Amino acid sequence: MYTASDLRKGLKIQIDGEPYLVTEFDFSKPGKGQALYRTKMRNMITGVQFTQTYRSNDKFDRPNLEERNMQFLYAQDNEYHFMDTVSFEQIFLTKEQLGDNLSFLVDNMEVQVLFFGERPIDVTLPTFVNLEVTVADPWAKGDTSGTDTKPVTVQTGFQLQVPPFVEQGDRIQIDTRTGTYITRVKE
Amino acid sequence: MLTLQGLQQRSALLQAIRSFFFTSGYLEVDTPLRLPVLLPEANLVPFASEDWYLQTSPELCMKRLLARGCEQIFQICHCFRKEESGRIHQPEFTMLEWYHRGWGYFDLMRECEALLGSLCRSVPQLPGLDSEGRICWRDCRVALDPPWERLSVAAAFRRYAGVEVDEVLGNGGFDEVLVTAVEPQLGREQPVFLYDYPLELGSLARQNPHNPQVAERFELYIGGVELANGFSELVDPCEQRQRFALEIERLRDGGQAAAMPEKFLADLALIGPTAGIALGLDRLLMLLMGSATLAETLPFVFAEL
Repeated sequence: MYTASDLRKGLKIQIDGEPYLVTEFDFSKPGKGQALYRTKMRNMITGVQFTQTYRSNDKFDRPNLEERNMQFLYAQDNEYHFMDTVSFEQIFLTKEQLGDNLSFLVDNMEVQVLFFGERPIDVTLPTFVNLEVTVADPWAKGDTSGTDTKPVTVQTGFQLQVPPFVEQGDRIQIDTRTGTYITRVKE
Repeated sequence: MLTLQGLQQRSALLQAIRSFFFTSGYLEVDTPLRLPVLLPEANLVPFASEDWYLQTSPELCMKRLLARGCEQIFQICHCFRKEESGRIHQPEFTMLEWYHRGWGYFDLMRECEALLGSLCRSVPQLPGLDSEGRICWRDCRVALDPPWERLSVAAAFRRYAGVEVDEVLGNGGFDEVLVTAVEPQLGREQPVFLYDYPLELGSLARQNPHNPQVAERFELYIGGVELANGFSELVDPCEQRQRFALEIERLRDGGQAAAMPEKFLADLALIGPTAGIALGLDRLLMLLMGSATLAETLPFVFAEL
């Protein structure tokens, strides 16, 4: 059990049987008054946000959350199938659950899948992934007049800005937290 | 955590505070931090120290010194309150507390105006002040020229929340309305004294003889930050015993131990009319030093130890 005094930004708690992430937190206590724990929370399954004020005697269950190493196998319709790299158990998440992660997800990628009980609810990608550039304008060597970057498209369909020397067919490293170019990789 | 420059500023402000009180005829006292019994206050959780407690405020010992004949005393000391940690809360913090016999709560309001004026004049280049001497905190520009606004709790709740105090006291919503609707509006352009609190929210304050619903208690706000809590002190031991009994009952309901501070009550009869005030010194320094959080004005915060 957590009590209100455990609340802080980033804490995960369970309310009405669902897991919530505390996204904002403020402690206040008027002189001679009660402690008030003002929080903003996001439902980790539905993404719905809400604000709530708690008092010292409020208590919360710890959600049963577990991360497992899994490998992305294939997508079929709206379902993205993953396999546990230890038990070989297979599960799927929907396109909506994956959200922006789809910009960087490719076959055989190893990811962390977050389970709430038996239910997969979220995916954490590796911080850096290597992807192939599928569309890029050619680099006119010696062109010093141009801008510092140019747009390219990678194999997942994601578009980003890269230095002008990056060409179609190159593999580049991308930071999945920000979606920004890190470096060109030689393989 | 403070840099060397921050430590120098904190030291200069502490020195300026001491000079203000010495010049005004106060005696500096330093009373024990560790006590066998505390004044029962329902919403404070003390740290135990073996069978005793670390003080949550120096009020008990300072009032007992008044009973010994002191007329004007001040103290700068550390206080400890469990489970209080946030942007402007630390479980260990510095209190500036002072008492003046023969005074009432409105006299202390005037002294607060004088204290802040004196600090701003005597410590040069305070980073929290703009070129016109206003405290700049968050989006507030707070001019310190006296007199500051005096606003009753009842008027503030009507003005900023559109509710009557009795209404929110009845449904347990007083603190939440105060914190969410009223406090953020207090002291935005000049400091505000919020005064005359419902009687049950001032267990150590004298009942207002003209309005028995309220206690002669005030809080000073600057930029929405609650800075100081002052009273005309309740000095009738019988009435104080009754008020403490209610606090003890609430503490015990909440599973906390609490005892009647008998030596304190015995001394209370000897004090006579007095006003006293506790000011959160770290919060004042936070405003004057232009820090965004309390932690930035302290040599150490508990998380760094």
